[in-house]
Amino acid sequence: MASLRCFLRSGKNAVSAGLRREFHRTPPAAVQVTVRDALNQAMDEELERDERVFLLGEEVAQYDGAYKISRGLWKKYGDKRIIDTPITEMGFAGIAVGAAMAGLRPICEFMTFNFSMQAIDQVINSAAKTYYMSAGLQPIPIVFRGPNGASAGVAAQHSQCFAAWYSHCPGLKVVSPWSAEDSKGLLKSAIRDDNPVVFLENELMYGVPFEMSEEAQSKDFIIPIGKAKLERQGNHVTLVSHSRMVSLCLDAAAVLAKEGIECEVINMRTIRPLDAEAIETSIMKTNHLITVEGGWPQFGVGAEILARIMEGPAFNYLDAPAVRVTGVDIPMPYAKILEDNSIPQIKDIIFSVKKTLNV
Amino acid sequence: CRKASAKVITINVSGGNSKEIFELFTNKLVFSDFYLFYIFWQKCDLHKLEEGPPLQAVLSREEGLQYYRTMQTMRRMELKADQLYKQKIIRGFCHLYDGQEACAVGIEAGINLSDHLITAYRAHGYTLTRGGTVREIMAELTGRRGGIAKGKGGSMHMYTKHFYGGNGIVGAQVPLGAGVALACKYLGKNELCVCLYGDGAANQGQIFETYNMASLWKLPCIFICENNKYGMGTSVERAAASTDYYKRGDFIPGLRVDGMDVLCVREATKLAAEHCRSGKGPILMELQTYRYHGHSMSDPGVSYRTRDEIQEVRSKSDPISMLKDRMLSNNMASVEELKEIDVEVRKEIEDAAQFATTDPEPPLDDLCNHIFYNDPPMEVRGTNPWTKLKSVS
Repeated sequence: MASLRCFLRSGKNAVSAGLRREFHRTPPAAVQVTVRDALNQAMDEELERDERVFLLGEEVAQYDGAYKISRGLWKKYGDKRIIDTPITEMGFAGIAVGAAMAGLRPICEFMTFNFSMQAIDQVINSAAKTYYMSAGLQPIPIVFRGPNGASAGVAAQHSQCFAAWYSHCPGLKVVSPWSAEDSKGLLKSAIRDDNPVVFLENELMYGVPFEMSEEAQSKDFIIPIGKAKLERQGNHVTLVSHSRMVSLCLDAAAVLAKEGIECEVINMRTIRPLDAEAIETSIMKTNHLITVEGGWPQFGVGAEILARIMEGPAFNYLDAPAVRVTGVDIPMPYAKILEDNSIPQIKDIIFSVKKTLNV
Repeated sequence: CRKASAKVITINVSGGNSKEIFELFTNKLVFSDFYLFYIFWQKCDLHKLEEGPPLQAVLSREEGLQYYRTMQTMRRMELKADQLYKQKIIRGFCHLYDGQEACAVGIEAGINLSDHLITAYRAHGYTLTRGGTVREIMAELTGRRGGIAKGKGGSMHMYTKHFYGGNGIVGAQVPLGAGVALACKYLGKNELCVCLYGDGAANQGQIFETYNMASLWKLPCIFICENNKYGMGTSVERAAASTDYYKRGDFIPGLRVDGMDVLCVREATKLAAEHCRSGKGPILMELQTYRYHGHSMSDPGVSYRTRDEIQEVRSKSDPISMLKDRMLSNNMASVEELKEIDVEVRKEIEDAAQFATTDPEPPLDDLCNHIFYNDPPMEVRGTNPWTKLKSVS
C-alpha cells in the first residue's frame, strides 16, 4: 500500500515496454527495480567484492533494516559483517570512523539523517577533516547512509533535510540519488571511494520502481560521484533538482510541455562536489534557472547554486533572475493539509516557471 | 635467555636487611649483567578483576636506560616547547605532558608497535613513543613543512603508523579507539587498541556508549583514563560524582595504577594486554598521574591549585627522578652514565629546536592539498570567485 502511495505521489510513469510478452522473442534486458532493491543490490555486491566492507547501524541485521534496505544481508553475511548497534549514534558513528582509520570500509547507517545530528561531530571532525589534518597520512574510507528529508506524517523532528549542512564542509562528498540506477551506481561508487561519503536517500522513493538498463544490472556498474545527469532536454528553462524533487520537476515539465514550454531537467546526483558546469551549460541554452529542493531556503542547496551561477560565466546568459523553489521556512507540521503545503508541489514549480518566463 | 646467567637480586623496598645483603654483592657485579627484580609495595585497586598485576617486576639495565632516555627526551621536548611558545614561535594550542612521562613510556613498554593507540590532545609524548621523532614533532608545533603533518595539523593533530592522533574534541577519540579495536578483531591479527582519555573526558556520554559496545562485542580495547586530577581548571571532585574512574566502566573490569611509576604502568599494561588478547573483551585502567604545566600554555596552572602541591609532586613523585633513584641506588647505572644521557638528550632537543625554527613554512601550493585521498586533482574555490586553487590528493 505504501508502495502504491509512493508511486502515485511521485507520479513517475513507471510502466515500461518491458512488460510486453510475445512469442519467440527474448524479453528486453531492462527490468523494473525499486530504489530499495537497487540499494540492497549495491550493498550485497560490494560486501561480496571486498572483505573489508561491512554494515553497521540500528536494526540493520536481524530486523532486515528499519526500511528493509538491508533485507537478507545478515542471513547471507552473518554477524561479523552486518552489525546491529545499540541506539547510540555518537558512539557507533565514532566506532565506524575508527574502523575506517584502521583499514576497514564501513557503511554506517543512520536510521534517518535526523539522528545523525547526534553523531555529527564524528562525521565532520573525525571523518571529514582527518585526511587534511594529517597531511595525507590518514584516509577515512567510510559511507554514512540513510533516509534524508521529509517523509509522510512524521512531523518536525523527523523531517529535516541535511543536504546543505553536510555539503557545507570540505572533506566530505555528499550524494543524493533519485532513481534506482542512481541509487545503485552511486552507492557502489561511494563504497569504493576512499573518502567519507554522506549518502542521502529518501524514504518516499524507496518503493518506487524504475527501469534499470542491462548495463546497470552489472556488478561493476558505477556512477561517478560529482557528475549531474540530464533527465530531460528542453529549451526554455533549466530546472535543477536532487532526490525526490526530480520526480516533481519531470511531472511539472510534462504539464508545461502541453502549453509549449519545454523544461530542461537536471538531476544533480551529487551535491558536493557540485557539477556547476552541467548547470552552466544548460543555462547557456535556456537562459533561465530554477532550483527545486525539499529543504529549507536559507543557506540551502539552491542558495549555493544561485551564488555560483552569479559568480560564473553563465550569469550573462540569464534573461531573468535565477530563483529557488524550496520547502517552506518552518518546522514540518503534522496534519496532512499542512504538511502538503510545507514542501514544493508540482503546481509551485509550474507557477515559478511561468513567473520566471513571464508568461 | 639472559636471565639464566644474570645475577638476580631481590629487593624488598620496606626492609633494611636486604640493603646490607645487597652491598655485599655490589662490588662483584658488572653493570651489563644487571637485572633488577623489583617488588611493588602497594597493590593496585581492582574492580571486577580477580587478580591484579604481579607484585614484582623485572627491570633490565637496558630497559631502565631506555625508559630513562625516553622519559627525559619527552620532558626536555615539552620544556623546549614551553620556551618556544613563550617566544611566540609556537602558537595556538599547546598542551604539555611533563609530569606524565611514565604513562606514555610505561604503556608502550607493555604493548608492541604493531598494536594501536589513540589519545586526546595532550599527545606529544605519545607521538614520540609511537615512532615520531623529536624533530618532526617540534617542526609540527612551529608549523613548518618538516612537521610530522607537514605543518597542517599542529599540536593536536599528529599521526604515525598505528597512532591515530592527537584528537581535539574531548572524548571523541574513545569511540574511534573502539572502532580501531573492532578492526583489530575483524582482521584477526591479534592486535589491540589502547584508547586514552583524561579525567575531564571521563564524564562524556560517548565514552559510556563506547563501554557498552566494546563490552557487548568483546573488542580488544584497553581504555585508559589518565587522571591528572584536573580537567582544565576543574578538579576531579568538582567534576565527577564518582572519582573512581577505574570503576566507571561498570561491567568492564578495571584497575587503578600509580601512573608516576613507569614499572607499575608497564606491568598493569601487560596484564591489560593479556586480558584483551585472550578474547575477554575490554578492560579499563586508571593511571593516577600529574601534569606540572597548566592545562595548556595559556593557563598558568595556579589559580585552581597551589604551587605547593605542584612542588610536592615534583619532589616526591617525579617519574624520571623515581626511575633515576631506583637505578642509581641499585647500581644499575652510574651517575656519569645518566648525565651522559642527559647531555645527549639535550643536544637532540637543541638540534630539533634549531630545525623547527629554521625549516621553512609549508608552501602555499600545499594549501588545498589532502582534501581527498586517491582522487584526481580538483579545483578549490579561493577567497573570491576569480581565485581557483589546485588540490591534489
